[in-house]
Amino acid sequence: MGHIRLNQVSKSFGDVQVIPPLDLTIEDGEFTVFVGPSGCGKSTLLRLIAGLEDITSGHIDIDGADATNVPPAKRGLAMVFQSYALYPHMSVRKNIAFPMKMAGLPEAEQTRRIDNAASALNLTDYLDRRPGQLSGGQRQRVAIGRAIVREPAAFLFDEPLSNLDAALRVGMRLEISELHKRLKTTMVYVTHDQVEAMTMADRIVVLRAGMIEQVGSPLELYHTPRNAFVAGFIGSPKMNLIEGPEAQKHGAAIIGIRPEHTDVSKTEGLWKGVVGVAEHLGSDTFIHVHDTGLADTFTVRITGDIQVRHGDTIHLSPQMDKLHRFDARGLRID
Amino acid sequence: MARAVTRNRKIVNTALAWGIGLLIFFPILWTILTSFKTEAQAISDPPVFLAFDWTLENYGIVLERSNYMRFLWNSVIIAGGSTVLGIIVAVPAAWSMAFVPSRRTKDILLWMLSTKMLPAVGVLYPIYLIFIRLGILDSRTGLVIVLMLMNLPIIVWMLYTYFREIPGEILEAARMDGASLKNEIVHVLMPMAVPGIASTLLLNFILAWNEAFWTLNLTAANAAPLTAFIASYSSPEGLFFAKLSAASTMAIAPILILGWFSQKQLVSGLTFGAVK
Amino acid sequence: MATRQSRSAARLMMAPAVILLLGWMLVPLIMTLLFSFKKYLPLRGGDLGWVGFDNYIRFVSSSAFWPSIYATLVVVGGVLIITVGFGILLAILLNQPMWGQGIVRILVIAPFFVMPTVSALVWKNMFMDPVNGLLAHLWKFFGATPIEWLSQASLQSIVMIVSWQWLPFATLILLTAIQSLDSEQLEAAEMDGAPPLKRFGYITLPHLGRAITVVVLIQTIFLLSVFAEIFVTTGGAFGTRTLTYLIYQRVLESQNVGLGSAGGVYAIILANIVAIFLMRAVGKNLDA
Repeated sequence: MGHIRLNQVSKSFGDVQVIPPLDLTIEDGEFTVFVGPSGCGKSTLLRLIAGLEDITSGHIDIDGADATNVPPAKRGLAMVFQSYALYPHMSVRKNIAFPMKMAGLPEAEQTRRIDNAASALNLTDYLDRRPGQLSGGQRQRVAIGRAIVREPAAFLFDEPLSNLDAALRVGMRLEISELHKRLKTTMVYVTHDQVEAMTMADRIVVLRAGMIEQVGSPLELYHTPRNAFVAGFIGSPKMNLIEGPEAQKHGAAIIGIRPEHTDVSKTEGLWKGVVGVAEHLGSDTFIHVHDTGLADTFTVRITGDIQVRHGDTIHLSPQMDKLHRFDARGLRID
Repeated sequence: MARAVTRNRKIVNTALAWGIGLLIFFPILWTILTSFKTEAQAISDPPVFLAFDWTLENYGIVLERSNYMRFLWNSVIIAGGSTVLGIIVAVPAAWSMAFVPSRRTKDILLWMLSTKMLPAVGVLYPIYLIFIRLGILDSRTGLVIVLMLMNLPIIVWMLYTYFREIPGEILEAARMDGASLKNEIVHVLMPMAVPGIASTLLLNFILAWNEAFWTLNLTAANAAPLTAFIASYSSPEGLFFAKLSAASTMAIAPILILGWFSQKQLVSGLTFGAVK
Repeated sequence: MATRQSRSAARLMMAPAVILLLGWMLVPLIMTLLFSFKKYLPLRGGDLGWVGFDNYIRFVSSSAFWPSIYATLVVVGGVLIITVGFGILLAILLNQPMWGQGIVRILVIAPFFVMPTVSALVWKNMFMDPVNGLLAHLWKFFGATPIEWLSQASLQSIVMIVSWQWLPFATLILLTAIQSLDSEQLEAAEMDGAPPLKRFGYITLPHLGRAITVVVLIQTIFLLSVFAEIFVTTGGAFGTRTLTYLIYQRVLESQNVGLGSAGGVYAIILANIVAIFLMRAVGKNLDA
């Protein structure tokens, strides 16, 4: 079980409303990612669900029961923190055992669950070490182990990978995804990294200034962003957003075209520009084009390699069926 | 720090620092040395430094003259009791201030410190009367209470400073792990704050051990600690340098030994947690 | 950053400390205020009724009052100047590379562990005694006439004894602060061509600001109530009667509780004036 429903939930710190009233349902077993720029209220929202902050108005139901005034310890949720928040004075074993000790589980059951978690997370050899003797990735696994053994209704992750280096981050991302496939427990995951959101989520909640901009599967967000903000936030490199006369030609205030949906030619095309920087990744090439008259920089992504140099003039043609149109308020026009 | 220092400069530094260090320490050293002299050697002209006949007779006389163990025991009970009691009261308060700060937290903390500025002498007589009424004049209980109250602001302040260094996320993790407030404090906060608590404990033990206003004015025969023991050696007995030195050594030895064994905590505690 | 539950728990857990200190402050304070308006002589008739502001006027117009304020200021100010000044020099010295730094540090902080009664007695007899004191021997060795420290230079002697006790504290705090100074800042200043004295004035000293405030605050708290050192050495004679000691004499030696209480109220006012200044400074620095 792990069905979470937010009903008109809002949060204010003093006079500042960081989250205006919002509704959101997280289905049982779903991997939901809250994503948005820093300061958008995604971590606050997670802490409201955890019970670490009071909500200012509204209700939170967990598995059908009103949990609004239930203290964090009694909500049956487990949380993995950005800083891992391991207990430095306890061994790995004791860290993992702590929630079970608090719950008063029998010793034998504790040992069984610790052993299971440790072998699943490759921690068996480290059980008697202190957190200070572990690497960042290992600490993260201990934090996850501590969450698993509680067999919670849902896992809450607060930017768990942001303290790891890039290579480890990719590995841990996969581990967490696999964990979800295996446990099939509800997971709520907060990140500012849209790549993490796209790769891990069943459903993404895009937040800006405390408001939900769009909820949907990764591909829904990619193909049909509800507004210009989501369009610009989801996808890498970012979608090119163009205002002005060129947009008006298509009956919109803003048009958007993704870098990968633009064709490049050295001889002919709809638009023309000068190459600024070309980033050669081997599999792809990102070309940042200036002086197009459309936007400061127009980014194009081409599969494979292409020989262009700084200062070359190139021609660009958007794939018209992949063009996104938005009105003056930024909302999608279908 | 990475800079190489010439050997000569290091030698000069060492000589200078050791010279000043020994000068500052000298009164204590001289007292300890004198306690092993005879009275005649203690006032010999010129003074003898090491070349004297070492004797323990002064200690014997001091022990015979007064019940040292009783004074010592009173000091231990009063200093230890007031410190432990103070920490028990202060830990919850410091937890509140460090982890659930409000707009008034700083004001409350400053107010607590300001109570330390009330001159003790201004309220001596009222306390005296209250103690008579409660029947705790010249009792260890009374002194434990007074010294606890006197040091409480410092204990709260120090614990607050140490607690603030502990990341709040760890306590939140404990809360998510199902720990009650009591378990959060006992199993997570206190073990993590052990060095800070030890420093607080030591420093306040020393402050209470050395406190000489209330201990002199609120005790007589029963509860008098070592401060009173040594005050009884003011004139004319003070003119017997060797015996005075022996008594002094006996009064400060427990703290010096304690200090020697717990330097690290003491050094941290002596800054009242106020400077990193 | 917390929930209603933790906030109410916080209030509850703060209550014992707050209530105890409030009682500790208010009950004796109110009693002192009451006594100060009474003629109250415990050994000569006890409570002899209300006398209005008589005690306050008598306390101030006594010939001992202004000298006691002067003595208090000299002791507090003198000790602060000496301990902070020498503390900074010592801290800089101890921060230099040397052999046996740990041992020197212990030697320097040792006086802090000596109880005031002991240090006062040792200084008075074994060092400042005009006949057998070590300082007298030293003076004679150089052919000078030994000084009768506690009568001829009484206040200076008290300042010296108390400074010896508090120098370790100041040194240690300042040393800790100096050690936290980023050495790259000093190196940058050196690259910019600042000579040592300017580096000290523009970088080290400002960095020590907070530490100096802490030293001044904590020491003032303790110095305003210096008692044992005077009690044991001069007993308040030879101009060493501080305000604290004067009140003590009024209450316990002359057994005039009313008069002493009025003095106590003055002392409390004085302490509060000092406190307000210090608290402002520290409050500003508390979060820094």
